Amino acid sequence: MIINIARKELKSLFASPMGWIILALLMLAFGSFYLQGVNNYFEVMSGSIRPAERVGVTIFVGQTVYGIASFLMLFAVPLLSMRLISEERKSQTLPFLFSAPISLTEIVVGKFLGLIIFLSILVGYIFLMLSTLNIWSDIDFGYLIANSIGLILLAASFSALGIYFSSLTNQPIIAAILSFIALFALMGLDKFFGSQPNHWFGYISLMKHFQAFSRGVIDSKDIIYFVLFITTFLVLTIRRLDSDRLRG
Amino acid sequence: MTEATLDAFDLTKRFGDNYAVRDVSFHLNKGEVLGFLGPNGAGKSTTMRILTGNLAPSQGGVKICGIDIIEKPKEAKALIGYLPEIRPLYKEFTVNEFLSIAARFHKVKSSHVYKAVEAAKDKCGLAHMSNRLIENLSNGYQQRVGIAQAIIHNPEIVILDEPTVGLDPIQIREIRKLIKEIGKKHSVILSTHILPEVEMVCDRVQIIDKGNLVFHGSIDDLKQQRLGNKLLVGFSKPPTIKSLKSIKGVEKVEKDNQGMFIIHFKEKYLPAEEIVNLSAKNNWGLYHVAPHITSLEDIFVQLTQMQDSKNK
Repeated sequence: MIINIARKELKSLFASPMGWIILALLMLAFGSFYLQGVNNYFEVMSGSIRPAERVGVTIFVGQTVYGIASFLMLFAVPLLSMRLISEERKSQTLPFLFSAPISLTEIVVGKFLGLIIFLSILVGYIFLMLSTLNIWSDIDFGYLIANSIGLILLAASFSALGIYFSSLTNQPIIAAILSFIALFALMGLDKFFGSQPNHWFGYISLMKHFQAFSRGVIDSKDIIYFVLFITTFLVLTIRRLDSDRLRG
Repeated sequence: MTEATLDAFDLTKRFGDNYAVRDVSFHLNKGEVLGFLGPNGAGKSTTMRILTGNLAPSQGGVKICGIDIIEKPKEAKALIGYLPEIRPLYKEFTVNEFLSIAARFHKVKSSHVYKAVEAAKDKCGLAHMSNRLIENLSNGYQQRVGIAQAIIHNPEIVILDEPTVGLDPIQIREIRKLIKEIGKKHSVILSTHILPEVEMVCDRVQIIDKGNLVFHGSIDDLKQQRLGNKLLVGFSKPPTIKSLKSIKGVEKVEKDNQGMFIIHFKEKYLPAEEIVNLSAKNNWGLYHVAPHITSLEDIFVQLTQMQDSKNK
């Protein structure tokens, strides 16, 4: 049943120009940063004579592309997630889901999954794009895989938060703005405490946990953080929808 | 004894201090069309939302074929098809796409989805609209899609909330025909504030006002209340009330505000012939004699006012 909801969400995303445009724009951005990274690589590397300054092409290009990807997701995900529930609220289609034999959990998880599948198209595309470097060099696939997992987890966290804000209002644009502000704050938390890198407040920051992945390290501690983050917001969304049913 | 497919008991829904629905109990028998009648804001939609599990009641409960909708929502919801007042249509999809989604959401097996969609389209006369975007359909056709969505999984009970609102007279007639058709196979609950509609399509009627059930009975009971034993008679040279009263079987004679007489008579008597004869003999100038029908509107007002005075 979750799959059916996800299918409907995906269909809905691709039925509007919104999904296609965001997909196209993001791919254009990733593609151009990839090309720029490859170009710069030779310039920078020919300039650095000492071996200590030299890095592999995977890390050099990967860092640029995954860095920009995580930043662009910050804008793209709220735009994609804003419609998930608020649009249904606005056009009064929620009773269609509520009166079908589907539990609230299935509805929320299904919608979430639909968005994740959409976003993983992007992550898969980046992975393929960077793999083409393998044609003329020997790249570090482990690094790419760690980054892909990190990026998916990051995007999934954004989506979970986006769905929650989408369930609070019936104006998609307000949902988008609210989730953007919340995400921006959560991303930058560790910057506010730059002087104390081990402060607990900085530890909540999404970016701090993504950094490990972007170095190519898959740390269970970070995975647990992301999973907890996602579960928290999905549960909050379910609670929000349930209170609709209870209070009317 | 027919078995009840839906059983609602002591339904109460409170919003703050306001009761939207108060102690409403009723049941729906298999294969009958139940009309749910009430003025705007009477609690019709709230009741429907409770019946379909969209809203939790403050008290009471609903059983669908013996399954409690609060304890086992999934099993119970699978037996209901629901069309809310505002059609829940995803307008970016075509009719086919939307109905397949509806079928899958209602647990129709994937091998049967195509068949179910075709059958529902057939019933609702949508076959030639299969690949049109719902957004581009006319109001009446959108309503048909809404109904198709509610019957796609062959539910035991179909609940339609004001299905004819906002349609033109021809569309209304077609939708009513469709509802009658559906009523042959499924049990239907239909809410409306249009009285003749109930008389046309329903087997049983329930009238709700301000959250309370004020009338509950078969459509014949309602008609009985409408007809009564009354004649409406008009004379151009009216006789005295006394002379009319002396006619055999006449119980009471009233004069209405247009100078006509309302003659109440006892059961089994029909004094019409006598009146005509007397009029011819005495030259009263009879120009109108017909059974006096209280309009449904009047009954409705009577019933709702009765409730009001009871509450005072």
